Amino acid sequence: MSRLLQTFRDLDNKKALIPFVTAGYPHPHLTVDIMHELVRQGADVIELGMPFSDPMADGPVIQKSSESAIKQGIGIEKTIDLVKQFRQQNNSTPVVLMGYLNPVECMGHDHFVSAAKSAGVDALLLVDSPPEESSDILQQLKTNQLEQIFLIAPTTTEKRMTMICEHASGFVYYVALKGVTGSADLDADSVNADIKKIKQHTDLPVAVGFGVKDAASAVAVAEVADAVVIGSALVSALGDCDDAATAAKVIADFIKPIRTALDSL
Amino acid sequence: MTIKYSEYPDSKGHFGQFGGVFASETLMHCLEELNQAYARLKHDPEFLAQFNQDLADYVGRPSPLYLAERLTKHSGGANIWLKREDLNHTGAHKINNTVGQILLAKAMGKKRIIAETGAGQHGVATATVCARMGLECVVYMGEVDIERQAINVYRMKLMGAEVRSVDSGSKTLKDALNEAMRDWVTNVDDTFYIIGTVAGPDPYPQMVRDFNSVIGKETKKQFAEKVGGLPDALVACVGGGSNAIGLFHPFLDDESVAIYGVEAGGLGPETKEHAASITAGKVGVLHGNRTYVMSDSQGQIIETHSVSAGLDYPGVGPEHAFLNETGRAKYVTINDDEALKGFHDLTRIEGILPALETAHAVAYAQKLAATMQPGQNIIVNLSGRGDKDVHTIAAIEGVMV
Repeated sequence: MSRLLQTFRDLDNKKALIPFVTAGYPHPHLTVDIMHELVRQGADVIELGMPFSDPMADGPVIQKSSESAIKQGIGIEKTIDLVKQFRQQNNSTPVVLMGYLNPVECMGHDHFVSAAKSAGVDALLLVDSPPEESSDILQQLKTNQLEQIFLIAPTTTEKRMTMICEHASGFVYYVALKGVTGSADLDADSVNADIKKIKQHTDLPVAVGFGVKDAASAVAVAEVADAVVIGSALVSALGDCDDAATAAKVIADFIKPIRTALDSL
Repeated sequence: MTIKYSEYPDSKGHFGQFGGVFASETLMHCLEELNQAYARLKHDPEFLAQFNQDLADYVGRPSPLYLAERLTKHSGGANIWLKREDLNHTGAHKINNTVGQILLAKAMGKKRIIAETGAGQHGVATATVCARMGLECVVYMGEVDIERQAINVYRMKLMGAEVRSVDSGSKTLKDALNEAMRDWVTNVDDTFYIIGTVAGPDPYPQMVRDFNSVIGKETKKQFAEKVGGLPDALVACVGGGSNAIGLFHPFLDDESVAIYGVEAGGLGPETKEHAASITAGKVGVLHGNRTYVMSDSQGQIIETHSVSAGLDYPGVGPEHAFLNETGRAKYVTINDDEALKGFHDLTRIEGILPALETAHAVAYAQKLAATMQPGQNIIVNLSGRGDKDVHTIAAIEGVMV
């Protein structure tokens, strides 16, 4: 059984918490420690951003973190290495790589997928590769028992929703707002209504992200969803950390209230 | 097998392995809507009549096809003809596309227009049609480009557009495009994004091409009237490639016509300082389509260099990538210094100030003409006028203006 499937199965009715961090930010030597600390504080799945120079779907926080990571020499191959290091001490928490297609194309689909597989990556989310354009990489991922996460947006029609759910595995990621990552203004009612609709099309868990920033916003959208993704607010909080101890404290302060709030649902 | 170029892209927006729709999910529905609207309107007689009337009465088309006799004599060899897109309203070919897209935006009931710009020509062309239609207009422009194209920034503001400075990444055209995409994804319900080149996700590459194809259609007719038959070669500069594809497309199925796209060689394609995506880039995905991109070993898009802001782009329209792969068009480079010489030659010998982008095509045409026979004919797309570049050129040459 895949780590993702196992994780969601073990949750019972608890909500999964999926923090996103940019690989190599704020410093490459902190990333693995940050990942372990996230797990200690209650993360169920980790989304690790592969830094890209032109992150079109991301807001300023993740853009800046990507620029910083790239400047410190972190690209797609080093990101995969960081997962490999993480796996030396953790063999149960699923890791989803999130990013953009060009670095993957540049590395070559087959080379990328086999490297990711052997490092212990569980799934891949490529923001700019919808199912229509993903047939080749999907095939490679399937062959290697890796999962491809697809996005569903507030603008997605039911017809597309059906098509996306047919291709998706692992979980479905619902983009809670029209906009880039880290935007404000979530409309919880419409998010919950949309997730209900998605659940008519798939048995996969549904995660919700983009615009979730704290315990209150997490609880507001977690009512119907199975998981909540928190990215920009966490990345922003980690920005000034220079050592593992400081990062651990920031993570505890940030994650604990959200974990507690989700568990009270 | 003969390729029928007029049949591309396919129904999914692909030109062979290039093109496609690599967009985030939030945009997929509106791209589909745009696709349907365009598919319907591009054959609609009323829409086309309005488009053609606007091109005639507002843009000032047809633009002349001019035999540059003194430049021909100076270069030696084939006749050099200039398709005078610089004489269009706003001074470049860009207006052909914005006149078309604004009609589409109106037909779709969109209230707000956004655009990206590099040299500022597309920004000006968008601000122009927005002023004419009374629509809100926001133009994204890299901080570096705002600096080097101050006149165009002011022109846009005069016409009521808001120019938003982009300070992410390399602070040039590619980053302006990213920022416009971010705006679009946020305001997708009421906003129409007028992309200025033949890049972006489908249907943009075909739509921008179709609106600019008036260049090639007129050229074909004018050449037949003035000389008879077909020209021997076409030359145009290629950044994203909208002026080039506009000239090339109506000639693609005419095999006897040689086609040359001129990329920005910057300090030389063998250095890192250039913007020659086809000549020196590799296949990748950028801004919604698969094409040749300039990226490093990790797939990060690298900063490009060209003396001309309009060619300073690390990708190229997917149809050009396709034409390169099939060999139908040949892509060459002209370096900064050669382009500057092309600028001066045309200015001094013909009294026409070309844009620095266009000067790349002029410089290559001079080289090409010298290798051809007298009596043969080259057509250069004189895509824009150079007034906007006068300060840049003065600065390079140490002249105080």
